[in-house]
Amino acid sequence: MRLVVPLQGVVQGRGGLILGSLIPCALYYFLQFYLKRRRSPPPPPPSSPRSPSTSSVNLADLPRSSSRLSLSTRGSIGRVHVSARASSIAKPNTSPYYIGLDRVRGDPYDPVQNPGGIIQLGLAENRLTLDLIEEWLSKHMNEAVLLGGVDGGLSISGIAPYQPSDGLMELKVVMAGFMTQVMGGTVSFNPSQLVLTCGATPAVEILSFCLADQGNAFLVPTPYYPGFDRDIKFRTGVELIPVHCRSSENFVPSIAALDQAFNQAKKRGQKVRGILITNPSNPVGNLLSREILYNLLDFARERNIHIISDEIYAGSVYGDEEFVSMAEILDSEDFDKDRVHIVYGVSKDLSLPGFRVGAIYSFNEYVLASSKKLARFSSISAPTQRILVSLLSDSGFVQDYLQTNKQRIRRLHDLFVLGLEQLGIESTKSSAGFYCWVNMSRLISPYNEKGELELWEKLLDIAKINVTPGSACHCIEPGWFRCCFTTLDDTDVGVVVDRIRNIVETCKSPA
Amino acid sequence: MKKDQESTPSSTSTGGGATTAMRVIVPLQGVVQGRGGLILGSVIPCALFYFFQLYLKRNRSKGGSGENSPPPPPARSPSGTHLQESSPLQRVQSRSLLSPRGGGSSGPAPLLASRADSIAKQADGPYYVGLKRVSEDPYDGSSNPDGVIQLGLAENRLSLDLVQEWLAENAKESILGQDMSISGIATYQPFDGLMELKVAIAGFMSQVMDKSVSFNPSQIVLTAGATPAIEILSFCLADPGNAFLVPSPYYPDLDRDVKWRTGVEIIPIPCRSADNFCLSTTALDRTFNQARKRGLKVRGIIISNPSNPVGNLFNRETLYSLLDFATEKNIHLISNEILAGSTHGSEDFVSLAEIIDSEDFDRTRVHIVYGLSKDLSLPGFRVGVIYTFNENVLAAAKKLARFSSISAPSQRLLISMLADTKFIHLFMKNNRERLERMYNAFVTGLKQLGIECMKSNGGFYCWMDMSGLIRSYNEKGELELWDKLLSVGKVNVTPGSSCHCIEPGWFRLCFTTLSENDIPVVMDRIRKVSEICKSRS
Repeated sequence: MRLVVPLQGVVQGRGGLILGSLIPCALYYFLQFYLKRRRSPPPPPPSSPRSPSTSSVNLADLPRSSSRLSLSTRGSIGRVHVSARASSIAKPNTSPYYIGLDRVRGDPYDPVQNPGGIIQLGLAENRLTLDLIEEWLSKHMNEAVLLGGVDGGLSISGIAPYQPSDGLMELKVVMAGFMTQVMGGTVSFNPSQLVLTCGATPAVEILSFCLADQGNAFLVPTPYYPGFDRDIKFRTGVELIPVHCRSSENFVPSIAALDQAFNQAKKRGQKVRGILITNPSNPVGNLLSREILYNLLDFARERNIHIISDEIYAGSVYGDEEFVSMAEILDSEDFDKDRVHIVYGVSKDLSLPGFRVGAIYSFNEYVLASSKKLARFSSISAPTQRILVSLLSDSGFVQDYLQTNKQRIRRLHDLFVLGLEQLGIESTKSSAGFYCWVNMSRLISPYNEKGELELWEKLLDIAKINVTPGSACHCIEPGWFRCCFTTLDDTDVGVVVDRIRNIVETCKSPA
Repeated sequence: MKKDQESTPSSTSTGGGATTAMRVIVPLQGVVQGRGGLILGSVIPCALFYFFQLYLKRNRSKGGSGENSPPPPPARSPSGTHLQESSPLQRVQSRSLLSPRGGGSSGPAPLLASRADSIAKQADGPYYVGLKRVSEDPYDGSSNPDGVIQLGLAENRLSLDLVQEWLAENAKESILGQDMSISGIATYQPFDGLMELKVAIAGFMSQVMDKSVSFNPSQIVLTAGATPAIEILSFCLADPGNAFLVPSPYYPDLDRDVKWRTGVEIIPIPCRSADNFCLSTTALDRTFNQARKRGLKVRGIIISNPSNPVGNLFNRETLYSLLDFATEKNIHLISNEILAGSTHGSEDFVSLAEIIDSEDFDRTRVHIVYGLSKDLSLPGFRVGVIYTFNENVLAAAKKLARFSSISAPSQRLLISMLADTKFIHLFMKNNRERLERMYNAFVTGLKQLGIECMKSNGGFYCWMDMSGLIRSYNEKGELELWDKLLSVGKVNVTPGSSCHCIEPGWFRLCFTTLSENDIPVVMDRIRKVSEICKSRS
């Protein structure tokens, strides 16, 4: 009896426990296995009755027409599969950030040709100082592209053949120098710790690949740059956990909030592998103080996680505050540097996003080794590297450029903020970046995301300006918008303010 | 769970309306006696087992090493009680202790992704070792005559003078445009390439393929080289754990391109010298079925046509049967045609695009990879092409191109270069002639040494049979010979094993980085090695 009915043993407190649970489990597994095997062969082709002949005869000898016949019978069910990740990526955009960008592309504002078009305030691009770059390029282009050789001779072998996929050493050297210059000369960068990629976008992705496995997560203080969702989540399988910052604290990340998010993630069973910050912050435009950076480092050490500091706006600081790079903090103290990785690029500070030049600066040799290898998927075109080598070597030009650029951003920022203030719209105090972080919560009618998106739509459809709503940046408070002003000139600012005024009036009148 | 277990008897007995308490309490009895209880008898223990697994899993994820991690014993520091997983070190100490971890120098080393770790630590195969050796000690006729000669890198320098000439004349105008427009290069451009360049490349592709087929620019996604093009396609067509079939020998980089980040596997379809290393459908069928038996989902076939490293072309018949096979198994077909314009024999190159143009195949499973690295000799420019008929793949690939965009100045440069049809025509013609001359000179040289090559019609290399010279007829013998060629002969070639060739003793030799004067030097060096090998045996 006891053997035949094993569970009896359990009940009676005697043996049989193992058999009693193992046998049914095994049965169940075999059942699953059986089901799975039956399911796993893809829907057998309709020509299956013919298939025995297929395998016995050489395939090539088969009359081709027969298998092609099956095409029509297969019709819709025979559609070839794409991967699950591709089908989720291929879906149309849902984020207002990308919808807005697409809309502008379809109907861009031009004061002469298309005065009724949409004005772009959604793309963080700086056109204020392009004239300087243009002037330099028109003077030096030929030499820049072809004078790669040390001897000064015309050198095709510097651009046409294969180059190191993680960037030319010459470019790394001048890039390191440029970064030092941008950060006020307070810290020096070692060129051999640099990996160059085609833009900061792949730099962030490569770091995510290196620092976290599928299902792991990074903590990201909100509001954050909408592109991160794609940069990190598209292919790496890494999650982003928003850590909410509030207007009352000027949207500066607090350690308490980080702590809370970390613990919650842990409770959910999620492994947090790092913190991702932007400094100067995008979209708010403020700087992280020395003290906060120290606290972040302490936090990272306590939790044994990484810090990715995206400092791509380091040279676009126009306020009075001083920018402090994570690299400077590391230099000054004996922190363990292995966990800090800096992302940089020339898209913002040199206004050259079209060049696609980004950089990973890491102190961790393993991250460096694997990033260098992964750079094969994101290499920079050699002619561009040569141009940049010449451009960045011209330190006089770079110096002038940086200074002029800051002045022009500042002037436009003041003009823009003043215009908004006249409408009664406030922005957070910002000292860097190409945008201001504007509080329009007064204008939204239900105080939630829905109200915010309604206002965003009104701005896009009626006022014809494309701004980025806070919800696209995962901001927890509704009614905030990022407005990039560096693609505008003085007269455009007037047009923008006028268009917003219309909306302000329509918003107020029903209420 | 334990509660469940204890409560089952009572709860089921009420529902059971049992005649004998026995049956309810011991559900399996039902099975044995052929009456009811089957469900309970299997569900309850299974549920228990699952909860047990769940319990174990949760427990394990918390404490890296031990089973009972929860109470962090001694160190209680202000801000938190939980210790970070797998760093059971106390935080307070972690500041002062900089070397507690297995020889590491700095605190508890932050964890890296396991995938990164494997990429960083992965030992380089002979292909990469050879390339590195050359970069450390490159041969130069005058300044370093004892250096290593590069025959391992598929790069064409035969016609660079033409490109250089063109650039010297046109670089400035083409980058900045006639009206000197900075906004065409400095500002954000579409990630998947400028439409002007797509149009130019579509035209160039059809020119390369002898106008036998026309390409639609809107089906093109441009990437920073063919390398990311292949990776993006792998991301789009297969999920982690799926597999592609690839006829071997295949070029060594493909392993990195396909496998590193996508989690997709490659299953080689062995091709043999007896078939001229052409793909046989029986081998294809067998490999597919074996993969399926192992439980692997095959999502496609990747071919390179002209083949790399062999240099032969797929004929029309083989392409048809590949398409038939893909249709029958409902899988994708990726054709890497990056060497389409670098053919030098008498045979005609047939693009897969031409085949599907001519007949009524399901096009959504066909994807073509192209690039300017080989046919325009511009690998430094990093320009690759995905040409696909599948809308979903196109949409996803366009979005993924954000990680592999081409720099705008280079795009502008290429738009002008490709628009200069006179130049392109001249270049293509000269390049093919030079390629053919080099190939003939090189193969003749080898023949004089008694070394045969597979007959090839395309590419920058020949596929050389040295199986007569290897000591033991296996991979070890092949690698010994490779090492001898590299260390003694000072020529870097790619051994067949790096290309997953099933027969030992084959090597790929790229001759397009040489000038004609270098050929005797290479031949001398190979002769030296082959004499050493012969004298030993």
